[in-house]
Amino acid sequence: MAHKRAEMLVDPLVDNNPITLQVLGICSALAVTSSLQVAFVMAIAVTFVTGFSSLFISMIRSQIPGSIRIIVQMVVIASLVILVDQLLKAFAFEISKTLSVFVGLIITNCIVMGRAEAFAMKNPPIDSFIDGVGNGLGYGLILMLVGVIRELFGSGSLFGITILETVNNGGWYVPNGMLLLPPSAFFIIGLIIWAFRSWKPGQVEEREYKIQTVEAH
Amino acid sequence: MEALLSLAVKAIFVENLALSFFLGMCTFIAVSKKISTAIGLGISVMVVQSITVPANNLILNYLLAPGAFAWAGFPEVDLTFLGLISYIGVIAALVQILEMVLDKYFPPLYNALGVFLPLITVNCAILGGSLFMVERGYDFTESVTYGVSSGFGWALAITAMAGVREKLKYSDIPDGLQGLGITFISAGLMAMAFMSFSGVKL
Repeated sequence: MAHKRAEMLVDPLVDNNPITLQVLGICSALAVTSSLQVAFVMAIAVTFVTGFSSLFISMIRSQIPGSIRIIVQMVVIASLVILVDQLLKAFAFEISKTLSVFVGLIITNCIVMGRAEAFAMKNPPIDSFIDGVGNGLGYGLILMLVGVIRELFGSGSLFGITILETVNNGGWYVPNGMLLLPPSAFFIIGLIIWAFRSWKPGQVEEREYKIQTVEAH
Repeated sequence: MEALLSLAVKAIFVENLALSFFLGMCTFIAVSKKISTAIGLGISVMVVQSITVPANNLILNYLLAPGAFAWAGFPEVDLTFLGLISYIGVIAALVQILEMVLDKYFPPLYNALGVFLPLITVNCAILGGSLFMVERGYDFTESVTYGVSSGFGWALAITAMAGVREKLKYSDIPDGLQGLGITFISAGLMAMAFMSFSGVKL
């Protein structure tokens, strides 16, 4: 049992990653990754919300009538997000300013809803909690990866600490401003997906049309 | 009037919800395989967006804002922390009502849009529109303009994306990039194209 649970925690990291394979929760994955610190806070917030919403929804799953389950799930998730939002405003006001609407948008983050609907409604609380945390971490992993690339090469620092001294400050590194702009996030995620799928070829999607090969006679 | 026009242009092109704030990405990627479905979804988003943003604006100003209950003798009540839960409630309820109204009075429209409506409740673009309205402090007319034009911007983006993907499926793409990967990269190229609008000022 313990072994299975460990597997449930690790499985969403690469093998079944919510962003690269299930295409869930990419809205915020793209928007908050221009600095690593913000990405880190966002990853923790999402992991917290997915974990606990799965736990609570799983605890009341047999009491929820089928027809209104979406609204019940929404209320649980929204309450948790309000909690996160208030905590951030109280203890990390600067970061909550940068995240602006994206904290609120955790409510509509498909990972949270998706795990509640697909896993927590059918499984006992502890398992659901682990599954939620695992998916939150899988999301966080991609978020941090993108964040590291964008901040390191876009502004030459990590967590706000200068790693590559930029030209403006008398160093040698010419920062790539493109990486701080929104489109770069699309490219980086596209390339990460490419890397993941080359590593695990089982995740490659089928072609709709095959290129015909012509044999020379 | 001029201010409203510039707000509309800004919401459609410069601050496009899909391509510069990445809102509604899940549906943006998942439902952009065919132009016809993309247009259907785009129109539904636009309709829902133009109703929910003004509705949430009224909720904010008359129920949640500090001092909203002054008429009842509670001038110090501040319910803004309930914002998130009320906006999502309003959105879910409105989508449900819209679905029922369309079903009863406009069956052809319901048949065309019906499948997309439940998807829209959990579309971040809708909640995001309301949250941006709150954060930027739009008044009622501004929020009507913002709702309509940001919805239109999103519809424009998904339709364009579907057009690109319809052609893309015939091309020879490396195995690992197939499907999701190349979609992201083409969305990135589109986002770059949209960035060239950022110098436009009215």
